[in-house]
Amino acid sequence: MEKRVTFASWTIGILFAVPQLLLIFTFFYWPAGQAVYWSLTLQQPWGGGNIWVGLDNFRSILANAVYWNSITASLVFAGISTGLAMFVALVLAALTDRQLAGSRFYRVVLIWPYGIAAPALAMAFRFILAPEAGFMAVVNQVWPGFWDPGLDGADAMASIIIAFSWKYVGYNFIFFLAAFQAIPRSLIEAAAMDGSGVMRRFWDIQFPLITPTIFFLLVINITESFQDSFGIVDIMTSGGPANATNLMVYKIYSDGFKGLDYSGAAAQSIILMLLIVVLTIFQFRFIERRVHYR
Amino acid sequence: MVERTPFLNFFTHLILFVGFVLCIAPFVVVAVAASHNLRDVNDVPMSLLPGSDFWTNIKTAWTTADLGPKLLNSFVMAAGVAAGKVIISALTAFSIVYFRYPGRTFIFWLIFVTLMLPLEVRIVPTYAVVANVLSPYQTILDITGLSWLIGKISGVEVSLSLGLLNSYTGLILPLIATATGTFLYRQFFLTVPDELTEAARMDGAGALRFFIDILLPLSRNNMAALGTIMFLWAWNQYLWPLLITTDQSHATAVTELKQLIPNVGGIPEWNIAMAGTLIVMLPPLIVVVLMQRWFVRGLIATEK
Repeated sequence: MEKRVTFASWTIGILFAVPQLLLIFTFFYWPAGQAVYWSLTLQQPWGGGNIWVGLDNFRSILANAVYWNSITASLVFAGISTGLAMFVALVLAALTDRQLAGSRFYRVVLIWPYGIAAPALAMAFRFILAPEAGFMAVVNQVWPGFWDPGLDGADAMASIIIAFSWKYVGYNFIFFLAAFQAIPRSLIEAAAMDGSGVMRRFWDIQFPLITPTIFFLLVINITESFQDSFGIVDIMTSGGPANATNLMVYKIYSDGFKGLDYSGAAAQSIILMLLIVVLTIFQFRFIERRVHYR
Repeated sequence: MVERTPFLNFFTHLILFVGFVLCIAPFVVVAVAASHNLRDVNDVPMSLLPGSDFWTNIKTAWTTADLGPKLLNSFVMAAGVAAGKVIISALTAFSIVYFRYPGRTFIFWLIFVTLMLPLEVRIVPTYAVVANVLSPYQTILDITGLSWLIGKISGVEVSLSLGLLNSYTGLILPLIATATGTFLYRQFFLTVPDELTEAARMDGAGALRFFIDILLPLSRNNMAALGTIMFLWAWNQYLWPLLITTDQSHATAVTELKQLIPNVGGIPEWNIAMAGTLIVMLPPLIVVVLMQRWFVRGLIATEK
């Protein structure tokens, strides 16, 4: 879309864009370029030059079992938490949209979790799911050794999935509810007149009409699960036990800033960027398709 | 609704109520745990009736993690990011929508690409840039030979250096350097009728006057929505503040939470940790509750 009426002055126009261009050049394009450069060289942590090594950094990372383990953990985390957060939010939004008594109240409360910082909710869930105090301790009293995120990798993964999903149910709920409410009431009423029940209306009218939102949220949730998981992992598990929750962003952080392996961290950043770009391209294709819907 | 469905209605109420309980439970647990003393909080199962040590725990958490100044830091950072985004995005969107200069499409895409790669995936090099924010320009001068030229002519050796670690500027600027808000404004500016621009020009208004006196007042709703969402987003940032505030004086409340738990393996004093958590989660929660309308609107508008 283009404006028909515009202002003639080129200089003023460009001047308006300068602040943002300076910012994204300094804090986006330069670092991104730097990451590419570092990933192709061996960077000394305390300065003192660097050696061109070509794709060696990538080779050594991709040959590393710990890195593949990190990718697998990230994908498992992304898959399960996205599925869980979206399914729960979809059910809650569909039911809230039925507009029975009290639905206004749920509309307000169910979005609260999204406002909470990941580390803060991680702290809350670390307590709730702690094996020695809190609530899982009760389960542990009945079945000793049933739950211990400090020792059992699967338990630790389950903990971070629960914490992340809890937050993103709130997020997804906002979008699903908006999508449901955008469906014209008359459509639902007409279907009801024709004798279709609530479930039939859901599957044949509402669900097809919110598929754009579903796909959109799918991509956003997966992308966010790569980024927003850092605070949760850092507070709840620190990547452990035995690397079971060492997700990709957490590994970049610990390799780069704790292990001072800048080149390795840069190469990992590049791989993560590529992964996210692929996901985003998927999203773009989807948005294009979505335009045809309307 | 349209028809009578007593059975389904019962189910709806039941599931929504369960959802409500699951949503609210962590808040309640945190608040209750923050009110127990150390012995009661480690009771299995912990009593859900509030204890009597609430204020003592809050005070202990407040002093242990030094939350007063940290909350102020968080507030400055969040307000700075929100204000910066609201202003800079408006300027850029105005430039992209209302002018026709060569390279406009290129600039548009240059900005659009930044949406794809969030700060988290490029932290290491961004950290290096912030450590000396002028290093990109120094490198450019070196490579193009300009610094050699300047050195020859003026006798001054060019070495640009400006470290932003442990400063509000360093906290805020990289968080502003994405395109989130720009597209919110762009979509809105495109809906502003052309007749308005024509009328303004006929009355002799230039670009600047039109922007300040007509476009900005019209965008007030967008500004509130964008401001709310950016404030929350910045307040909840964790990785970036953690990295660049090596000095305690600029740490934010969210990063300070870690001070309340011992290193791996140790068992925290849960009542204190939960009191700290409560303090840190309260400000964004208040913003969500008070600004719900703008929050929802901003979220839906910026992401689509």
